[in-house]
Amino acid sequence: MSNPIIRVENLGKKYVIGHRAEAGTLRDRLAGIFHPRSAGRRTSSEEFWALRDLSFEVNRGEVVGIIGRNGAGKSTLLKILSRITEPTTGRITLEGRVASLLEVGTGFHPELTGRENIFLNGAILGMSRAEIRKKFDEIVAFAEIERFLDTPVKRYSSGMYVRLAFAVAAHLDPEILIVDEVLAVGDAEFQKKCLGKMQNVAQGEGRTVLFVSHQMAAVQNLCRRCIHLREGRLAEDGPAGQVIETYLRPLEQGTPPALNYTHRCDWLEIESIDILLDDRTVSTVPSGSTATFRLAYRCSDPARAPRGIECSFIVWGNGQKLVNFWSEAGTGGSFPIQDRGVISCTVPAWPFRAQSMSLTVGISRQRELLVEAHEAVVFSGIDTDRFGTGILPHSSEGMLLLAHEWRSDPGPK
Amino acid sequence: MASFRLIIESGRTERHYWRDLWRYRELFYLLAWRDLLVRYKQTVIGVAWSVLRPFTTMVVFTLVFGKLGRFPSDGVPYPLLVYAALLPWQLFANALSDSGNSLVGNAHLISKVYFPRMIIPATALIVSLVDFLVSFGIMAGLMAWYGFAPTPALLLLPLFIVAAMLCALGPGLLITALTVQYRDFRYITPFLVQIGLFASPVGYSSALVRERFGELAYHLYCLNPMVGVIDGFRWALLGPAFAVNWTGFAVSFGISAILLVAGIWYFRRMERRFADVI
Repeated sequence: MSNPIIRVENLGKKYVIGHRAEAGTLRDRLAGIFHPRSAGRRTSSEEFWALRDLSFEVNRGEVVGIIGRNGAGKSTLLKILSRITEPTTGRITLEGRVASLLEVGTGFHPELTGRENIFLNGAILGMSRAEIRKKFDEIVAFAEIERFLDTPVKRYSSGMYVRLAFAVAAHLDPEILIVDEVLAVGDAEFQKKCLGKMQNVAQGEGRTVLFVSHQMAAVQNLCRRCIHLREGRLAEDGPAGQVIETYLRPLEQGTPPALNYTHRCDWLEIESIDILLDDRTVSTVPSGSTATFRLAYRCSDPARAPRGIECSFIVWGNGQKLVNFWSEAGTGGSFPIQDRGVISCTVPAWPFRAQSMSLTVGISRQRELLVEAHEAVVFSGIDTDRFGTGILPHSSEGMLLLAHEWRSDPGPK
Repeated sequence: MASFRLIIESGRTERHYWRDLWRYRELFYLLAWRDLLVRYKQTVIGVAWSVLRPFTTMVVFTLVFGKLGRFPSDGVPYPLLVYAALLPWQLFANALSDSGNSLVGNAHLISKVYFPRMIIPATALIVSLVDFLVSFGIMAGLMAWYGFAPTPALLLLPLFIVAAMLCALGPGLLITALTVQYRDFRYITPFLVQIGLFASPVGYSSALVRERFGELAYHLYCLNPMVGVIDGFRWALLGPAFAVNWTGFAVSFGISAILLVAGIWYFRRMERRFADVI
């Protein structure tokens, strides 16, 4: 029992990011054969270590939370642990069967019935048919879908779908369970049920669980220990409360990490970019709060922009542009330029829900882009009790929480 | 299972590959079962479809090659000659095009769960085999219609079915891996299949090639691995009129084997990167 059930040693994973797409077309490859020079263009690729020198151990029966910002390497770690992709360096020793749940309902087929999907999904998650048959009734009862067992899942409501998917996963019987964000789905009551089930799994049955989530409340609730990843390395490993606190602590003041410029200019540079709540720099923005984006710039030659500059803050989430705060649209004009200046944009009642977001910042001169930095700040949203009712729509029901009013009147007689 | 131990490091999956493939056989059955179920549920004419396609092709080929071209049929009704060849050809062509699309179609699985990836193109092969069995019913009907009794050679048919499947698996694996890497292959495969239909003795007998172009040309022709398989099918189903040229068959079979080894090798080599590329 003294042996750790998971031992990770010097784990590293390198990706090569081609600036021409990796899954290139055959034409590119052929062109490379006939014109070695055009192939040379492809070499503008970068190495990128998603994980670097990561080592830790997990003992039998521990429930460990893994937290970190987007791109910190959490998903890569889970993918390596579940053998979807191989590490570049290092090794992992696992003393038990692993089941990983990187998504609920992996492999569900909309045309198949609930019954058929239970078998299919179970097999995909690594259960044998005999095992599934044994647990079939339990799964159906847990998902509360008895009446719809022989209905194709494409006719299920999203709630039923998720319940069924989680029910299958919750009845896996591995020694090590790897769970990614699955609690972000399902209605509140079902979430509670899942949390309960996971707690039973960990405490009652002595199973080891690795749990990845952005929902700090859930992590704190489930895990005693927490591992914080930052830029592919271990930032902190310790009691959950302590690690979460450091993780949520506002970004430290001072020199921010180098900006990832996608557009440069030799006479104008961005000095800093911050997100402020009540004049404090933060990295999380609760929905409904008043958030300010602040940009400080330095200009060596203000005469180059006699008619001033415009600024834009673009918020990205899930690979999509969520919104562009563009000063020309917001003010109808330009800002005069100074040697050093600060431009800020305040958003009352921040509408976005819990999700990871990033900010692209750009400065232009009469709409001609001068400087632009992509992912200048990475931050996350938090769901709050926006309507004072203690109730929120399920997070899959949209990404905004907007102020609104309701009324109900008698209809015409 | 308490003493189960798994070590993950670079290059490690290689060593456990065949053991894992065996361990995941249930997933293989279930995926094949899923594909069949979906296929026969989704399309209203499900079964009819796998019969209709070869049947129509048979009618067209009989009209074009048999009636217009007046190709020799060695005393066998022309529809039988064509259909006996269409059976293995459809098996091959369906397996090839389905496996090419299979990995991309199952991309969500590949990026979320581990299993030996070879299961997926192999599943496509099983689905084609079931279609084959369904359209085999038509062959039996045609033979009865023309009052054509099978010879004892029929007993060797399973051997040629296996040969057809192996023949499809090699190129199938190659094309699958290539499609993941270069999406263009999705357009190249149908084209290859179309050309192959005429480059294989489907609408005519392979003896005709030897007659018209000579022995050397015939042996070059046998480099097309489907030539051997189709000749075998005709012989097993239609009897002595289509005696198998065993040298030709050996050449075809050898090519199949080489393609299979190459397919497995290339697939295994690319497989480790699928999850990163797809």
